[in-house]
Amino acid sequence: MSGEIADPRHEGDEGARSDPPGHGEGGPAPKQVTVAFGFWIFLLSDIIMFSGLFAAYAVLAPNTAGGPEGSELFELRLVFVETLCLLLSSFTCGVMSIMAVKQRAGATYLWGALTALLGLSFLAIELYELTHLIAEGAAPTRSAFLSALFTLVGAHGLHVAAGLVWLTVMMGQVATLGFTEAVERRLLCFGLYWHALDIVWVALFTVVYLYGVMG
Amino acid sequence: MTSLGRLSWDSIPLHEPIVMVTAGVLFVVLLGTGATILFKGWLPYLWREWITSVDHKRIGVMYCLLALVMLIRGFADALMMRSHQAMAVGTGKGFLPPDHYDQIFSAHGTIMIFFVAMPFMIGLMNFAVPLQLGVRDVAFPTLNSVSFWLTATGVLLINTSLVVGEFARTGWLVYPPLSERAFSPGVGVDYYLWALQISGAGTLLGGINLVTTILKMRAPGMRYTRMPIFCWTALASNLLIVAAFPILTATLTMLTLDRYLGFHFFTNEAGGNQMLFVNLIWAWGHPEVYILVLPAFGIFSEIIATFSGKPLFGYRSMVLATLAICVLSFMVWLHHFFTMGAGADVNGVFGVMTMIIAVPTGVKVFNWLFTMYGGRLRFEVPMLWAVAFIPTFVVGGMTGVLLAVPPADFVLHNSVFLVAHFHNVIIGGVLFAAFAGYSYWFPKAFGFRLHDGWGKAAAVLWVSGFYLAFMPLYALGLMGMTRRLQHYDNPAWQPWLVAAWLGALLILGGIASLAMQLYVSVRERRSLVDESGDPWDGRTLEWATRSPPPPWNFARLPQVEGRDALALMKRGEAEKAPDPLEPIEMPRNSAYGFVGAFFTYLTGFALVWHIWWLVVLGMLAGFATTLWIAWHQPGVQEIGVDELRALEPAA
Repeated sequence: MSGEIADPRHEGDEGARSDPPGHGEGGPAPKQVTVAFGFWIFLLSDIIMFSGLFAAYAVLAPNTAGGPEGSELFELRLVFVETLCLLLSSFTCGVMSIMAVKQRAGATYLWGALTALLGLSFLAIELYELTHLIAEGAAPTRSAFLSALFTLVGAHGLHVAAGLVWLTVMMGQVATLGFTEAVERRLLCFGLYWHALDIVWVALFTVVYLYGVMG
Repeated sequence: MTSLGRLSWDSIPLHEPIVMVTAGVLFVVLLGTGATILFKGWLPYLWREWITSVDHKRIGVMYCLLALVMLIRGFADALMMRSHQAMAVGTGKGFLPPDHYDQIFSAHGTIMIFFVAMPFMIGLMNFAVPLQLGVRDVAFPTLNSVSFWLTATGVLLINTSLVVGEFARTGWLVYPPLSERAFSPGVGVDYYLWALQISGAGTLLGGINLVTTILKMRAPGMRYTRMPIFCWTALASNLLIVAAFPILTATLTMLTLDRYLGFHFFTNEAGGNQMLFVNLIWAWGHPEVYILVLPAFGIFSEIIATFSGKPLFGYRSMVLATLAICVLSFMVWLHHFFTMGAGADVNGVFGVMTMIIAVPTGVKVFNWLFTMYGGRLRFEVPMLWAVAFIPTFVVGGMTGVLLAVPPADFVLHNSVFLVAHFHNVIIGGVLFAAFAGYSYWFPKAFGFRLHDGWGKAAAVLWVSGFYLAFMPLYALGLMGMTRRLQHYDNPAWQPWLVAAWLGALLILGGIASLAMQLYVSVRERRSLVDESGDPWDGRTLEWATRSPPPPWNFARLPQVEGRDALALMKRGEAEKAPDPLEPIEMPRNSAYGFVGAFFTYLTGFALVWHIWWLVVLGMLAGFATTLWIAWHQPGVQEIGVDELRALEPAA
């Protein structure tokens, strides 16, 4: 595949300068590099935002105020299916990115749709789980533990929902604008975003659910 | 509940004459400005050249202007507090009711940190960093405009609270449980939360932008070790923004959930933990101090080197000290609340970590002194600020080390000694740097210098006013006076507070001098004009282009051969056959930032007042704007070689 795509880092490099652009000697980096780099920085900041929510959860998890505890609430089988959906969606998203780089619109839609479907399933299960908790009397207003739980899980869920909206918009962009440079850059950023949500979920699954059922 | 949520005619504080008079004056000024702009036909110009501009220099100037305007608002609050405290002793009541006084000290802190110090530093970085790096713009010009307009939205929202509703009465960091719904049921804290969330998002995006710019967009040959020191400090500061502001976002979100949906993060009931808030807010808040002061250090480093006619002493140690402070700033947050009672061991560790920060800071002070030593010093206005800064900051730093000793802190916690300390470092460090940078780069931005005499008057009045206003507070703190007092009974404090009030009046003179300086300079711009583009005999690349710089900054990207690139070129050590001119691609203007910010404002206002239909409408409109821009990117505009040659005969 690497033969088909010119390495963006060497765009505009006339060979006269040994150092690639963006490293000091070669002058400003091309747009594709700065966009991806900037988006990485954004993702790191987003992960720090989650770390704040994780810290709050860690502090407040024991504060159940006489309400239900994690070990009474969590249904690991459900969360397992949820996790499978999200991790699989990362795979389909990866395939979609490859198809997008190859500029194959049909395949991009197909894998994009699969990604969206898996993401939607994840959200549906999560929504079921949270509404179920509220119905059981374990609403976020019940205790500090539940406030932190709903906020952490909800923040991740909102990110997934936003990602689904973004994905839909990107499919529309591919359909109307084609694989322009801008659309390619946005698809690249979407891929990074979607994988980052996986990383957060792995931490969330461990800290909230696995530790939670251990009691 | 009506369709306007909590909003009604009672929300306008008609019974408070001070507020109403201020609001009246504000309206007259705003209407007058608006009418002038309309009748003189300036609106198309403003729209084209400023409001929709994505040029980093224009955006930088707008940030600084915003900061200067808000400085007046923040200072008006300060003057009211100083005047009030000078009289509110014993039977004296002062002129501010407690309810209003509490809003004033909360607004003063919030405005001065978030809407004066931050935009001023961000504005100067935005203006100078790409020029110093020898490039044409920041990495993401349209995003830069979005950042600015989000900050402006926060400013507008917080000023709306003056007239519609009220502001928080909780202090500038809205500690719970006081800031919870149970104890602050009004809209004050909500104004605070949404104003900060919105402007904080802008700051974060700006931080990402500048980090990417500095790491990925530099002129050919500009290695890390050749970057001007201001770019290094800007890098450190923006890395801190990226690492710290998300914590603020998370923390304020939790408080918002407590207030809006009845969650229990920081409440007294159901297992909430208010110390969690205090820890989290200072995990952002302490790095925030360095986000402000690191670029200030950078500005002084540039100015001291330039006006000493020497390269900066100890460049590498300066870079290392900057990055050391950058890292250490995340390890000291607990010193803001030693009195939490975390125990002697925890307090001890944080006390020592805090004192360690004095080491790299001390390195910097000696570097500045050795830069001046043996130099050909020119005491122009920017240098006056720098010279005033060094001893002032040393005093502020030393009282900081004193507060870092936990047992001493138990005595001084929440006293006006602390108030004196942080004003000492923020006025003496950040604000002096802002004024120094403002007078240093003004000729670059506008092509004429600021008036010298009024500039010197401003410096003298500000510096003397600062000492007279804040040294008494150190004494008062040691005498046991706590902060945020609306009334006190100890007559022994009054003389000191009267002295502090006189100091505030001197500062008022300093601000008036700054305004006068701007007015006189614009009027006499013909005689103050600078044709050279390099009025101070500068050493870095921003002085290598004309003033004001063309939108593309440099017709050809400069080839950097070493540190102090321009000084090398002037000495003829960087002589090179010029490359041929090449076509330039410039980003087109974009109304996205302004339009998006307008809908963000509507959404923020609606959230404050629980006007849910407007929240939905505002969000949908913002989303639609984003979709529109995603399909209609303004793109780039190419400037051909012939056109470039016609516009830049010197190139």
